[in-house]
Amino acid sequence: MHNYRLTHLKELESESIHILREVAAQFEHPALLFSGGKDSIVCFHLARKAFFPAKVPFPLVHIDTGHNFPETMRFRDALVQEHGVTLIVGSVQESIDQGKVQEETGYHASRNKLQTVTLLDTIETHKIDCAIGGGRRDEEKARAKERVFSHRDEFGQWDPKNQRPELWDLYNGRKRPGEHFRAFPISNWTEMDVWQYILHEDIAIPSIYFSHEREVFERDGVLYANSDFMRLKPEERPYMRRVRFRTIGDMSCTGAVDSPAATLEEIIEEVASSRVTERGSRIDDKRSEAAMEDRKKEGYF
Amino acid sequence: MSYLDMDLLRFTTAGSVDDGKSTLIGRLLFDSKAIFEDQLEAVERASAKRGTGEVDLSLLTDGLRAEREQGITIDVAYRYFATPKRKFIIADTPGHIQYTRNMVTGASTANLAIILVDARKGIQEQTNRHAFIASLLGIPHIVFCVNKMDLVDYDEAVFERIKGELEDFSSKLDVQDVRYIPISALKGDMVVKRGANMDWYQGPTLMYLLENIHIAGDINHIDRRLPVQYVIRPQDDRWHDYRGYAGRIAGGVFRVGDEVQVLPSGFASRIKSIDTEKGPLQEAFAPMSVTLTLEDEIDISRGDMLVSPNNLPETTQDVEVMLCWFNERPLVPNGKYALKHTSRDARCMVKEVKYKMDINSLHKLEGDKAIGMNDIGRVSLRTTVPLSFDPYNRNRNTGSLILIDEGTNETVAAGMIV
Repeated sequence: MHNYRLTHLKELESESIHILREVAAQFEHPALLFSGGKDSIVCFHLARKAFFPAKVPFPLVHIDTGHNFPETMRFRDALVQEHGVTLIVGSVQESIDQGKVQEETGYHASRNKLQTVTLLDTIETHKIDCAIGGGRRDEEKARAKERVFSHRDEFGQWDPKNQRPELWDLYNGRKRPGEHFRAFPISNWTEMDVWQYILHEDIAIPSIYFSHEREVFERDGVLYANSDFMRLKPEERPYMRRVRFRTIGDMSCTGAVDSPAATLEEIIEEVASSRVTERGSRIDDKRSEAAMEDRKKEGYF
Repeated sequence: MSYLDMDLLRFTTAGSVDDGKSTLIGRLLFDSKAIFEDQLEAVERASAKRGTGEVDLSLLTDGLRAEREQGITIDVAYRYFATPKRKFIIADTPGHIQYTRNMVTGASTANLAIILVDARKGIQEQTNRHAFIASLLGIPHIVFCVNKMDLVDYDEAVFERIKGELEDFSSKLDVQDVRYIPISALKGDMVVKRGANMDWYQGPTLMYLLENIHIAGDINHIDRRLPVQYVIRPQDDRWHDYRGYAGRIAGGVFRVGDEVQVLPSGFASRIKSIDTEKGPLQEAFAPMSVTLTLEDEIDISRGDMLVSPNNLPETTQDVEVMLCWFNERPLVPNGKYALKHTSRDARCMVKEVKYKMDINSLHKLEGDKAIGMNDIGRVSLRTTVPLSFDPYNRNRNTGSLILIDEGTNETVAAGMIV
């Protein structure tokens, strides 16, 4: 008698593949939101598995703030080339140039919030009826309540108090014209699951996840990468330091962590003993207690 | 044991506001180091603002602004933690608002339900309700935790009396495995550590049970079922004429060479290959997501089901279900709804409401056929196309369905096929 038992990573993988196939079956123009971060990379890897030997049947969408880490952009372009997928880029700079959004000013200026407008514009322009994202419920408390198939009204808004019940693995993607969905295939994965899966499946990720020497400066207890996008205060002095990034957003809202972890095994060990969440290095979440919920209601990732 | 050998246990926690559910979850998360410093600091800050004096762990799970402002839990929250043996997903459901809807949702995918009973109060009306919903949703393992034992002097007689009452009630339910543990979530006795106060109790701690309870046998590995979700046809010279049938195995084991029958058409063929991106497999089993190819070219599309020809599910347009209603707009007798069952989309008409359940007393209310929000009743449906299904108590995947309001597109009900 065999032992018909799946490990938890295999069970999560199976659930995610099922979700991706449901998206492809239920929607006409789905797309995968691809930031070049580890979660969207894992989603793309799962999509390749879900549709093998066919190609992934939807394009990637990158909402480009113009403030990206150059390493992430190189990684994105190499991945698109290697797998022959279509890449749609929604540019925040264009939204600014068109006058749809106004650039924030001051030392804390970030394009994080502006992305929502560009994202919703891109969804509308390309008639995307389901945008697949790499959000996880363990990341943030507003995300913990989000459905796998998450409905958005014609303004792209999320109504957290009025979500559809979601039972078993039956996903209701029915909608009216003009509305769209967000789908989250790795909802039930934790940060640790993602890292273990990357190790187990030998998935390539951008180099800035690993320890490296970088010019940084400190502000409000956070280590920022020094770049042309950041306006330094007079007392802020950039210096070289051995760091890595635990999450990747754009350069203005992602903090680095001190770390010697240069391999996946070392990263996993570091994550296992860490006493703060990965969002702890995300300045975008810290603007208020409900920062994520407020942005999500407006249509954020 | 390494991280790559761990399996996954999904459980729900049921209980009302003051029975210590948050404290219990908090303790499980704390002791498995699943609460991080920044989360704890945030909760401490928020608790201090409210001035209750104690750290309110429910603030960890109540993520929405409205929940924190009103001090209530609105929706099912999912929490995650792991021990070296297992990874756990908790579906934490609120005690009051939308109780049935939320507990049914959380229970639909759970392997195990923890039901808290206050040692001072014994069985309450809602204890019965929680246990009934857990059994209706086919949760294979129910653990009654008699909590607040510290407030009854850790008295064995109190535990035994409540346990006896619970046993009487549970015998009326359709559950394979029921356990009883005396605990103090506040002081920690029998949660993760045994503590020094209940030497008379010889059974496992809650954590030991969660880590070791056998769950692999809960999945149906007998009835071969694959609902076809998606047909894979690469437009590519290398894979010319390839037709792969993709889906998540809902029951049984599929091996290369096995005979399969396609429902509802009835055509038969054999499995030619089971393909994955990492190479072909010889066999696959529930709940794996797979892609199969068949020896013969047959017309198969999304919504069809591949099964074993000597072990067929029932295929019919007339379905009897236990229906849980979720929507403010009550069920319309003779109304028409969209229906989702496995990968099949259909429409249905409500032919008859047989009875409504009083979910506190478990009495059938034969005279009351009005099914409104949070009601559960037995209903006959007539579907536009035949459904291939197994009874829910035999297979939770092929025995479940949801109803959708065709006007609003809301999911209005969940059904367990009788």
